[in-house]
Amino acid sequence: MSKKSNQSRLYVPEPPFRPGDKPDYSHIKVPAEMTPPRPDPMCDAHETAAHALGLIRVLRLTGEKEGPWDPNINADTLRAGLRFMMINRAMDERMFNMQRQGKLSFYMKSTGEEAISVAMAMALNDNDMIFPTYRQVGILIARGCPMQDMMCQLLSNKGDALQGKSLPILFSFKDYGFFSVSGNLGTQLIQGVGWGMACAYKGTDDIASVITGEGATAEGDFHYALNFASTYRAPCIINVVNNQWAISSFQGIAAGEGETFAARGTGYGLATLRVDGNDFLAVYAAMQWAAERARRGGGATVIEHFTYRKEGHSTSDDPTKYRPKNDGEVWPFGDPIERLKAHLVKIKEWDDERDEALQKEIADYIRSSYKAAEKLGSMATESGIAPETMFEQVYETIPSHLEAQRAEFMIENARKVGEE
Amino acid sequence: MARMNMIEAIRSAMDVKMSQDPDVLVFGEDVGFFGGVFRCTAGLQETHGLHRCFDTPISEGGIMGIAIGMAAAGLRPIAEIQFADYIYPGYDQIASEAARLRYRSNGEFTAPLTIRTPVGGGIYGGQTHSQSPEALFTHISGLKTIIPSNPYDAKGLLITAIEDNDPVLFLEPKRLYNGPFYGDPHAPAVNWSGHDLGEVPEGHYRVEFEKARKIADGDDLTILTYGTMVWVAQAAVNDLEVSADILDLRSLLPLDLESIAESVKKTGRCVILHEATKTSGFGAELMAQVQEHCFYSLEAPIERVTGWDTPYPHAQEWAYFPGPIRVKTAIRKVLEG
Repeated sequence: MSKKSNQSRLYVPEPPFRPGDKPDYSHIKVPAEMTPPRPDPMCDAHETAAHALGLIRVLRLTGEKEGPWDPNINADTLRAGLRFMMINRAMDERMFNMQRQGKLSFYMKSTGEEAISVAMAMALNDNDMIFPTYRQVGILIARGCPMQDMMCQLLSNKGDALQGKSLPILFSFKDYGFFSVSGNLGTQLIQGVGWGMACAYKGTDDIASVITGEGATAEGDFHYALNFASTYRAPCIINVVNNQWAISSFQGIAAGEGETFAARGTGYGLATLRVDGNDFLAVYAAMQWAAERARRGGGATVIEHFTYRKEGHSTSDDPTKYRPKNDGEVWPFGDPIERLKAHLVKIKEWDDERDEALQKEIADYIRSSYKAAEKLGSMATESGIAPETMFEQVYETIPSHLEAQRAEFMIENARKVGEE
Repeated sequence: MARMNMIEAIRSAMDVKMSQDPDVLVFGEDVGFFGGVFRCTAGLQETHGLHRCFDTPISEGGIMGIAIGMAAAGLRPIAEIQFADYIYPGYDQIASEAARLRYRSNGEFTAPLTIRTPVGGGIYGGQTHSQSPEALFTHISGLKTIIPSNPYDAKGLLITAIEDNDPVLFLEPKRLYNGPFYGDPHAPAVNWSGHDLGEVPEGHYRVEFEKARKIADGDDLTILTYGTMVWVAQAAVNDLEVSADILDLRSLLPLDLESIAESVKKTGRCVILHEATKTSGFGAELMAQVQEHCFYSLEAPIERVTGWDTPYPHAQEWAYFPGPIRVKTAIRKVLEG
């Protein structure tokens, strides 16, 4: 190799703070002034190029709301959103603890990101299919999926509609517009675009809303999704939940440090919005805008939801190994539940008394749902699922080679039961 | 009945299904206005409309991804991958997604899609237009892999594939598009018009999966093969004047194990032919199955004739191709053994 004469060196980006550092995010400007204007949802995509670099906010940290993106939703809807987010958090706490007790193999919390899934589900129509990741259980809560059904999936017991075929949290709830979560990251993005294309092909009003974390935007599927969405003007919304961390890799690893994730859409000619993901009202407003655009034939919008993953990636992760312990606490965008609560208090639609009552109601709901779910089995006891069901749903009907293997297994299983 | 080559038969299958079922649509690279580089989709856009047969970006991963989303939403997409050699960017979507969507959602979501793609050599396509990657797909649970060897089967199997509620990979041996190929590249080309299996009904009919076709009936040995090699096998058997069962497997997964076992138990000798590379090829699976089910009927070791374990070379195409010499050597060997 010849000697280099320039100053180029291999650059590997690093997050600003590591364990032991004192995190300081004062360089992140939490915009106090008005957020970007709200253009007509059928505007030319280029009119939203600047939105990809700004940040849409409605709720101030002190609880007031302001600006052109205020979705003007009534207090009942706001309280419903608050309730769903609180259920989400309480469920996460409970299931995390149950995982630690060995009742389920695995769990993933949504802590700090509840507003994104809940506001998304509430802003969309129930017929709109959402292609989620594993950190959007709030969608199911907001769309009315019974808690016990979710918990049975998490416990992989006989109440699990998936019959234990999928990892906990990789839900599939077609009735609640919740597409089967893969576990292979990013693959759902282009599938969701295909779903949207099918909606347009069939001439329905439905749209698809697809979600990825910022980390998996590095997959080719993200590019496929943006490209095909642009080519065929697919009625869909492509959401990037930028929670800063992909397991232990900070967002700069996925995309470099030059541009926002929303700005990825600009080059494809898609509308782009960047929104404060801890601001329930801002997420709701952005989803409403993008859904209207998609439904009216304006095509896809890329929305970056700027937030922070407060807890570990999963029950198998320990974030103190790669980031400061109090990183999440000093994150300058606050907590989505506290922020919506502060707003409701400010407009005199919430108070301590009602809060306590709701906390209690939710605790009861989680407790009784869990009790009922655990009765149907858990990892610590018996799943109650017949092992030979593993041969079902590989194909619509069991082909002869699998039938032969099932018969072979039944003999093996009978022998095992005999030995016990 | 009409005389059709394999291209016309495949086109007819899509045309019949598109006429019957508004949920069937076709897309892929260059398939729309132009009608595909092998002309399989010629005229479909004009007949059925721009939105039912259209061009896609050069993005096999994207093509597979939208096909899955559309299929899950209730459509029956037929996605063309221009050459099987280009399918790998879509492999994750096929292997991890299309093939497993039904399983992981326990039947809530399914992917009833058909992937059509030309395979095999014989057209001087070099290493990027000649591969036979079937074994990379028969290893995947949840996917079906089909490979016809003639116009009649191509149409009937493709209709069955489109109507199937699971994802089907439909491999089209491109050397057979215009006529049967008997293994000698220097012989004058034969077209399907002179062949019984070029006689194809114009309307709807199915050829069921998991059913091999017996090309020749004989007592001395069994030849298990599929795709282009079916006709090479027939020519070799005729040349050697031996009495052989030739089974065109057609459906690799699910496999017609019953017909295989029945034939090998009768003849006691077995030769396996495929164009793909040898190591971990589908022939290895066939050998294992024959050994498991017919061991006590075997009178000689099973012979396997395949392409060499190299990339498909360009100038040396016919040195690579498992042609008549290699096939006849194996037949003689298994008969002597």
